[in-house]
Amino acid sequence: MPRLRKPVVAGWFDQDAADFRLRGTRCRDCGAVFFPREDSFCRNPGCAGVVLDEVPLSRHGTVWSCTDGRYRPPAPYPSDPDTPWEPYTLVAVELAAERMVVLGQAAPGVTVADLAVGSEVELVPGVLYEDADTTWTTWHWRPAAPRPREAS
Amino acid sequence: MTRDVAVLGAGMHPWGKWGRSFVEYGTKAAREALADAGLEWSEVQSVVGADTVRGGYPGYVAGAAFAKALGWQGARVTSVYAACASGAQAIGTARSQILAGMADVALVVGADAAPKGFFAPAGGERPDDPDWLRFRVLGATNPAYFGLYARRRMALYGDTTEDFAQVKVKNSAAGAANPYARYRKRVTAEEVAASAVVADPLRLLDICATSDGAAALVLTSMEFARRHGAADPVRIRAVSTATPHYPRTVLDLPDIATDSAAAVPEPATGFRASIARNAYEEAGIGPGDLSLAEVYDLSTALELEWYEDLGLCGTGEAAGLLREGATALGGRLPVNPSGGLSSFGEAVPAQAIAQVCELTRQLRGQAGKRQVPCARVGMTVNQGLFGHGSAVVAVR
Repeated sequence: MPRLRKPVVAGWFDQDAADFRLRGTRCRDCGAVFFPREDSFCRNPGCAGVVLDEVPLSRHGTVWSCTDGRYRPPAPYPSDPDTPWEPYTLVAVELAAERMVVLGQAAPGVTVADLAVGSEVELVPGVLYEDADTTWTTWHWRPAAPRPREAS
Repeated sequence: MTRDVAVLGAGMHPWGKWGRSFVEYGTKAAREALADAGLEWSEVQSVVGADTVRGGYPGYVAGAAFAKALGWQGARVTSVYAACASGAQAIGTARSQILAGMADVALVVGADAAPKGFFAPAGGERPDDPDWLRFRVLGATNPAYFGLYARRRMALYGDTTEDFAQVKVKNSAAGAANPYARYRKRVTAEEVAASAVVADPLRLLDICATSDGAAALVLTSMEFARRHGAADPVRIRAVSTATPHYPRTVLDLPDIATDSAAAVPEPATGFRASIARNAYEEAGIGPGDLSLAEVYDLSTALELEWYEDLGLCGTGEAAGLLREGATALGGRLPVNPSGGLSSFGEAVPAQAIAQVCELTRQLRGQAGKRQVPCARVGMTVNQGLFGHGSAVVAVR
């Protein structure tokens, strides 16, 4: 039986969307953007907003910093302790329009050597882990393909 | 009106991996602090405990546990939790009670028996908890965040892994002279470079361990200190327990993203610098007045960040300050003369109290081989998970 595909967190992205984006929220009163999403109150101290609309975050950003995980993280990170540990890369990405930094894993095979601070990256759908009956989906960052200048 | 409170006693249980209860460690530190103060436990009117940390959140209730272990005697009790900043909140609470006239003599205790390895979040399925999410979704351990900061310093300011290693070399030299430190061996830059990479660019010897340990202080009103015969005690002049200002634009554990500065511009002073600034303002001093500082070197690179946040140098200049030897013992402004977390490992609720114990010994001139000559003003600083600032200014 094929595994069921499920997002590792509900409501943060649409794993099957053609235009794959992280989904934040924006306060209807002051325009403040939140990721992870705030759905019941605005955290801007100068705003009493309680209505927030879902908003897709930029698909492109620049590397704020990066590192890697050379040792297996503890639970609840999904990982089979009986398999050899494969280090992966973590990258913090600065989104220009939202003026915020969002952390994520880099796509498989991308190392810190591929991610100079300030270099451009793009968001892609990815797989976090597969267990017996579920494929847990997530977001990944990878070095951006060269592209014409456009709004991200 | 004076806003000072007196530090009459300081006590610690040596840091290590002893495999015993935090209550045992804390009780030893408390008894040592009381003996140092020349006071009996029965004279303590308020006991403030810094709770243990379990999975990022409060673990065991501390205040009542220590009051029971020392023998119930009716004192007012408080327990606080602010992650790594718990000790400063405990000191701040005791100080407030003394300044408000609610108590003349307060005992502050923090102790923990830390689990081995990476700090991990509490169990269960908790997708509304940012500390659970960062492990579940990203496997982002504390060292991963330290690695991000270190890599960014290298890119922005030209810091090198050799600079980071020199922080360890400096702190291990100080720790070697501290009988309470867990690691009491000098470490060379070659040994740091030969240790395993944990979170690029940081290696095992760049990152602080988790330890068992305990620290305690006896704080009193200035009037009580005088009556007790302490004419010139070490005094606490400021305690900063600040929270951040929105929007926070520096990625900080346990968060997966920063706030957005699109609707509201980011504050001119970042969170860490604001912790120090509040303490300076409350004490009426500036960086130029400091004789020494104890900063929270969770990683070697993070110690350098604190130099800049304390205003010891300009942004990006910390590695230069380190290279010229200014922050080593014998330098013009020693930082972490105790040996720092580098030599202790982190016993979370005890750590901010231990920082003040070191200031107390230094300001009394009792720090032995670690003594900073003519120390008059000392400052501690640290930051706890979830947005807890912590800084203490002590003078003599």
